[in-house]
Amino acid sequence: MASRNEIVVRFAGEGGQGVVTAAELLARAATAVGYHALTFATFPSQILGGPTWTQARLSTEIVRSPGDSVDVLVAFNEEAYNTHEVEVRDGGVIMHDPSFTPTPRDGIKSFSIPFDELAKQTGESRSANMVVLGALAHLVSMPQQYLETFLESRFAGRDQVIKANLMALGLGRDQVKDETPIGDLGTPNRPDYEQIFIKGNDALSIGALAAGLDYYVGYPISPATPILIFMERHLVGEGQFAYQVSSEIEAIGSLLGGGFSGRKAMTATSGPGFSLMSEGIGLSWMTEIPLVVVDVQRGGPATGLPTKTEQSDLLAALHPAHGDVELPVIAPGTVEECFYAAIVAINWAERYQGPVIILSEHSLAERAQNIPKPDVSAVKPETRDIYKGDDGYLRYEAWERSPMPIPGSPGAYIANGSEHDSYGDTTHLPSRHVQMTERRFSKLKLLEDGTFESENTKEPIALMTWGGSKGSTRDTYEALKEEGVNLAWYYTMFINPLPPELLKELRQKELVIVPELNYLGQFASRLRSLGVNAEAITQYTGLPFRVSELGQRIKDRLGSSAARMVKA
Amino acid sequence: MSAKNPEYDFAWCPGCGDFGVRRALEFAMNDRMVKTELAMENNVVVAGIGCSGNLVHLMEGPQPYGFHGIHGRSLPIAMGVKMAKPDLNVVVVAGDGDFLSIGMEHIGPQAQRNLDICAVVMDNGVYGLTKGQSSPTTELGTITSSTPYGKMESQLNPMDLYLALGVSFIASGYSSKPRELAEYITQGMNHPGFSIIHVQSPCTTYNDTYEVLKGSKAKGIAPGTWYLPEGYDPTDREAARQAVNTAGVPLGIIYNDESRPTLTQKIEDARAVAKPSTAAELIESLII
Repeated sequence: MASRNEIVVRFAGEGGQGVVTAAELLARAATAVGYHALTFATFPSQILGGPTWTQARLSTEIVRSPGDSVDVLVAFNEEAYNTHEVEVRDGGVIMHDPSFTPTPRDGIKSFSIPFDELAKQTGESRSANMVVLGALAHLVSMPQQYLETFLESRFAGRDQVIKANLMALGLGRDQVKDETPIGDLGTPNRPDYEQIFIKGNDALSIGALAAGLDYYVGYPISPATPILIFMERHLVGEGQFAYQVSSEIEAIGSLLGGGFSGRKAMTATSGPGFSLMSEGIGLSWMTEIPLVVVDVQRGGPATGLPTKTEQSDLLAALHPAHGDVELPVIAPGTVEECFYAAIVAINWAERYQGPVIILSEHSLAERAQNIPKPDVSAVKPETRDIYKGDDGYLRYEAWERSPMPIPGSPGAYIANGSEHDSYGDTTHLPSRHVQMTERRFSKLKLLEDGTFESENTKEPIALMTWGGSKGSTRDTYEALKEEGVNLAWYYTMFINPLPPELLKELRQKELVIVPELNYLGQFASRLRSLGVNAEAITQYTGLPFRVSELGQRIKDRLGSSAARMVKA
Repeated sequence: MSAKNPEYDFAWCPGCGDFGVRRALEFAMNDRMVKTELAMENNVVVAGIGCSGNLVHLMEGPQPYGFHGIHGRSLPIAMGVKMAKPDLNVVVVAGDGDFLSIGMEHIGPQAQRNLDICAVVMDNGVYGLTKGQSSPTTELGTITSSTPYGKMESQLNPMDLYLALGVSFIASGYSSKPRELAEYITQGMNHPGFSIIHVQSPCTTYNDTYEVLKGSKAKGIAPGTWYLPEGYDPTDREAARQAVNTAGVPLGIIYNDESRPTLTQKIEDARAVAKPSTAAELIESLII
């Protein structure tokens, strides 16, 4: 077998069996010793039980996507085996619970390993995951010493736990020690920069703190709940406020009050909650109150697929409310971008005095990954232009953004959801509606400082995805390039306003192919409305793109023109 | 701003009860400004939608900050203002439609939190601005534009509801008695916790209840309002329950419980024991 420098391990079983923990632990251990790793999780929508699986992709190189085929399947029960056996590649391995006897297809080896029983022998019944890792390390030729080092640092000071887990590793290895490894993960190639291991939701939360967030209210909803939990724990210092309210309607209302009173205010929700917030978001646009709403997308509409991934809220994010409204939208595409998206979103809200939407998604929110350590000292939090004069000021007098008075200081005005005059009193004058509408839209011009990636720009056909499909699409782009299919690459997390230079370049392309996880082709549609010849490649399975499938679909679309692009 | 703003074209109908409520609120807030020696900008009036909500545009004299939001959501917005800047005095002005129909879901949570704000509810038993539809406090069987065969829902007893939800200060006033009403509002603003001043504020166009409330000797109608008796103990919850379930409209401080901590206090208590980390510290803890 050819030497492999990466491996995909899928853990499948029932919710509550430690499936997610196992994958994260494996990824964490691997990154601790210098590999790159990324997890992909999909949950059942219940507390305990229900089929669930998580996979970890480990590599000596940077990992961007979950991986198409499974090298090792760890099946905690027969149902998991039956469901996932088909995804195991030829030459792969299945480790399973001894409660059943599988008959895998030719070319796949299977081992029965009594994970729980062996764990009990160690005196630490929770060490079943370590039994798995011990066996795994042998099968992929990952030197055991790396795992031991990891355990010693993770449980430093808890000698009994370390001892039990080390024993568990050994017991796992012994189960498969006579087997020939199925691959060689190779020697880790630790990057020369500092790294952290973190999930998307946590990266976003820490980014928000770094930007000076001091007001958070939220309501539990999958997959945004971890952000609420994070804030309740950490946003409790002097002058900070984090709180669980009784609905998303309360959340957006409270956020409006917080932003009005000078706070940097944020909430996080998912599709159903976002819909409930729409009227309040419109009010934020109308009254020009800075706030940030994070929509961690899941499958929709209605309750949809609460624990699966989808990118189908883009049009709702751009135009969440009735009336002439178009919101700034930032959609991070990687765990690392989640950190920076939060910072820019808060800065943008402060700068233009209005609502900013962050579109994250399930696969990104739950993805645990090693990323370069963000440099908090380099973050430049912006604060809004606050009115500091005496009485007599009229907040809405100008045709463009103007200083905002804060209660407790001179400059009293009325934040009014009805069309209003310069003070904020209700008016029906046509000239005022013209002025205020143009004032509100003019402020979007202040947000045209977004950056973008571009590569191979001389090619007439471009590939441009958005949000959490970035990793799979980038891997596809690389794979196509290896095959000789040359495309231009464009990417930005600044969905609206798009960086003007990017838009200019996209308009010059013969075709822009947009892979996205929704039925309507929402981003492609948006690009077409901006004068770009964009065409979507859509998927709406609740799962991310597979690189091999996406590559094939792109080639199919290119059809005869692909032949032209393949350089002999 | 004030009624003198030429661009602002809204006006209450002549005789509207809301004039009296506005006057009472001006008395109370001006008194507060004098007593606390804090400028009017330290007050925020959060308004609901409807005739009542327009009060925020019609106040005369020194201007507080105002927030004229969306229908039914005055309490969440007020909560945001208060928790963002606890030093501000936050007053909600809303009507029975805004506060008790579309906005009713927000009363309970604020009562349980004991959010330190004062809500002044103008009850005219009808939707005025949309021209006369039934509201939760419209009497059963009343014919309105939206209930051509008579209102089918029984009439809500708002003060019984406030008591049941755990609102810690409840007063009942009448728009034709602005001085008394101002006193209730002052006490409500000073109350450490969630206070509701429920006000009978008749609509002269769609539901003129002046005669019912004041009574008429000529027509032999007894006044519909009555004052709480001498020696009434507003800390006695059972007495309060009886008062609000007695025929007519009781006037006075119905209920007052100062023993419960406010949300602001609870947040401060949590802050005292919390060990928050900064972004930089959190990142350090995740280094691999």
